[in-house]
Amino acid sequence: MTADLDASVRIDVTVNGRPRSLEVRPHHTLLDVLRDDLGLTGTKECCLVGECGACTVLIDGVSVDSCLVLAAEADGSAVLTVEGLASGDRLDRLQAAFLETGAAQCGFCIPGQLMAAHALLAANPRPSRADVEEGLAGNLCRCGGYEQIIEAVLVAAERLGAAS
Amino acid sequence: MTEPDAGVLPGRVGTSPARGGGRARVTGRQAYVADIRLEDALHVKLVTLDCARARIVAVDASAALAVPGVRLVLGAADLPDPMPRFGPQFQDRPVLAVGETRYHGEPVAAVAAETRDAAEEAARLVRVTYEELPAVSTIAAALAPGAPLVQDPSMRPGDPLAASNVLREHRYGWGDVDGVTADVVVEGTYAFPMVTQFAIEPHGFLAAPDGDGIAVWSSIQHPNWLQRVIAGLLALPLSKVRVYAPDPGGGFGGKQHAKYEPLVAFIALRAGRPARLVLSLEETFQAVRRGAAEIRVRSGFRRDGSLVFRDVEANYLIGAYADIADRTVAKGTYTSCGPYRTPAARIVARSILSNTTPSTAFRGFGNPQQIWAVESNMDEAAHALGIDPVALRLRNLARPGEVFIPGDTPADGDWARTVGRAAELIGWDTPPAPGRGRGIAVGLKSGPTTGLSYSTVRLLADGSVVIHAGTSDMGQGARTIFAQIAAQELGAPLDWVTVVMGDTAVVPYDQQTSASRSSVLMGNAVLGACRDIQGRLRAMAARLEGVAEADVVVDRGEVRIGDRVLPIRDVLVRGLGRLGGEVIGVGEMRKEADPDHPLGGTAAFFEFNCTAVEVEVDRATGDIVVARHVTVSDVGTALNPSQVRGQDEGAAIMGLGHTLMEHYILDDGGRIRNLGAIDYRIPTSMDLPLRLESDVIEHGDGPGPYGSKGMSEGALLCVAPAVAAAVRDATGVVIRDLPLTPERVWRALNEVAVP
Repeated sequence: MTADLDASVRIDVTVNGRPRSLEVRPHHTLLDVLRDDLGLTGTKECCLVGECGACTVLIDGVSVDSCLVLAAEADGSAVLTVEGLASGDRLDRLQAAFLETGAAQCGFCIPGQLMAAHALLAANPRPSRADVEEGLAGNLCRCGGYEQIIEAVLVAAERLGAAS
Repeated sequence: MTEPDAGVLPGRVGTSPARGGGRARVTGRQAYVADIRLEDALHVKLVTLDCARARIVAVDASAALAVPGVRLVLGAADLPDPMPRFGPQFQDRPVLAVGETRYHGEPVAAVAAETRDAAEEAARLVRVTYEELPAVSTIAAALAPGAPLVQDPSMRPGDPLAASNVLREHRYGWGDVDGVTADVVVEGTYAFPMVTQFAIEPHGFLAAPDGDGIAVWSSIQHPNWLQRVIAGLLALPLSKVRVYAPDPGGGFGGKQHAKYEPLVAFIALRAGRPARLVLSLEETFQAVRRGAAEIRVRSGFRRDGSLVFRDVEANYLIGAYADIADRTVAKGTYTSCGPYRTPAARIVARSILSNTTPSTAFRGFGNPQQIWAVESNMDEAAHALGIDPVALRLRNLARPGEVFIPGDTPADGDWARTVGRAAELIGWDTPPAPGRGRGIAVGLKSGPTTGLSYSTVRLLADGSVVIHAGTSDMGQGARTIFAQIAAQELGAPLDWVTVVMGDTAVVPYDQQTSASRSSVLMGNAVLGACRDIQGRLRAMAARLEGVAEADVVVDRGEVRIGDRVLPIRDVLVRGLGRLGGEVIGVGEMRKEADPDHPLGGTAAFFEFNCTAVEVEVDRATGDIVVARHVTVSDVGTALNPSQVRGQDEGAAIMGLGHTLMEHYILDDGGRIRNLGAIDYRIPTSMDLPLRLESDVIEHGDGPGPYGSKGMSEGALLCVAPAVAAAVRDATGVVIRDLPLTPERVWRALNEVAVP
């Protein structure tokens, strides 16, 4: 089968708060469009089968592997990527906690870890350690930095609790 | 964050400031190779065959070339004849397969197109006519009489082993193994499977014509080595090859040496345009792996537990091309007597070619296989002798300063303290909880045997600092360490220090980023450059103050003249005067080769770790739960305790991967059947020990800055034998093959259960 590589569909999405109208290829994933069409390369590409979590983003607040979502499916939704976490120069509490606990080693999995953690804390602001382990189970870190990543999420959750 | 001691500013050595490059890593701004967009770049896709070995009959690119957007299809015939070859040990790897493919996934051709879609589509349409040939993918098959030869003997001129699949045989030893008498001899053969590095960043390569030369971007650990390879293949002077090496998204050894950079460079030059190739995860499985091994160990002991001889025969299954694999075999087996005083030793190690993914460096560099064997053998010896496994190790451990490998560096740590600390943390002297078992093991690895690192440090007019260092920061945190050293020595706040890496046109030469060397070798070069600056500041202060240079001390960020203490910045600003400018320091750190040494050089330092674990084994399923995992490393000095912890705990978890779950599954034809993340599992956050504790021993006795040693591999070395020993302690079964999957453990348990 030869795909029609030139076909396109129009989608309207809000990415990190900014409305975008895009012509996308029907077979391109959200990951492709974020990285290649929008230049948002913070979202990473690794396994392309939804196992590593490096491409995790939030669609309408739900964490997804953007390699498994066709861009066309995201039409009408709000997408949050790692680039949308900080406000200007101010890191969000998860980013700050990751930096403090030394959670980012090579850093390649970190955008995905942050997005998964973001979704976790939105659903469960006071997670236990076991909750965090489960919430990040879809995000591989080959540096094996899980202890410091889990610690970062718990620190961020604690701060949120203290602030509210 | 703890308050710094008086006189110790945040960020100085021994504290844990935020990682250099950390902010970019948590904001998504860190640009890895695949994130770099070059205007007008062609997308490259490899054309491969779904078999391990084949004779290439014909390559028909007509259908591929008809795909809109395809610019070229490069085959062996389009490259110089004879085919250019490269490799760090042997120049055996062709840019593209010529005549024959030798492993599953070896590229036959490459497509370059305007879009990734077009390149992928066209790669599928390149019609390769081929005849599958018999392949060897196991040690037994490779050594069998009449086995097909992986490399044509003509590739190995003058090599007496050329008519076999044995690439090299290494022999080490001392004393008379056959002449000594032992009360107890313990023997076993231990197997370690093929596993892969699985950096989450798949390898990425870009190349572009650059004036009268070429620029290459790669997720490489050794940019200067790559520069030499490209210059050699393209017959260019080094100065016309500019290698950009952005921080790799994990390397673990798999990104040490050139892979497809030469291919992408040829495409870029032929097309006259930039070209990019980013591998899929599946393609990285076919590009890099760790050597598999079968290692027979015989150890002889006196009844009191003293080791009297060790006899090792190690067969490592490497891939179709040598890459750096033979060196991993040579270096990984050289330390087969571990940290123990051993009166007699005989070590024979072979690197055996096969029609499989070329194996290469992988954290531990040939040692984890060997240590799996010898430390498992040590545990069996403890049982045979009726001696506690900790006591057996302590009895035989080399003491500080003791020569334990004749002709090599003496023991450079008080290793009994490391073992003692691990035993203490796990509570070795108290029984484990009911149903649990405990195991302990030690790991020793020889550090770099040679080294050469240069660094340039620039103290700018305002007292801020720029460091040039050719190390690749792949997560180990080299940027932070170098910045901490300069901050300490030159009195600059840490956030006034910039570390420039990864550009061979700008940054001076560094031999390589491997063997946990960078804190020690590049760290000393950075320290040397800072000291060079301090010397110039001393002269400056003497001139300004009208005193003799000998009366000026510059140390730890301060200038002292008698009782007067001046900040470096004051002297700098006055000394530079109205024109401003900067003070430039150059540092160089060499570790010379020793041609008479079997490895070409003695160990710069040893990495030493002791791992103790407590496990629960589900007898119904064979599933192992690591309830406790204690890892203690002798690091000399922890320059950045948070990063040291990250390296130790990360290595421990990576070690649990090859211990419990990771292995390639090959079919009879030598094809990898579990390519990719679904069928090849690595540890996730759900696979962690229930409790992981790491600790360090710091005696300031290393050769690096402030007494540091390299430490990034240690905590991985002996995880497997520690876990297997704990499984034995819990269940009574001895398992000598990895990984300890539920199925393997269940089978072992049930064989025991059958009367």
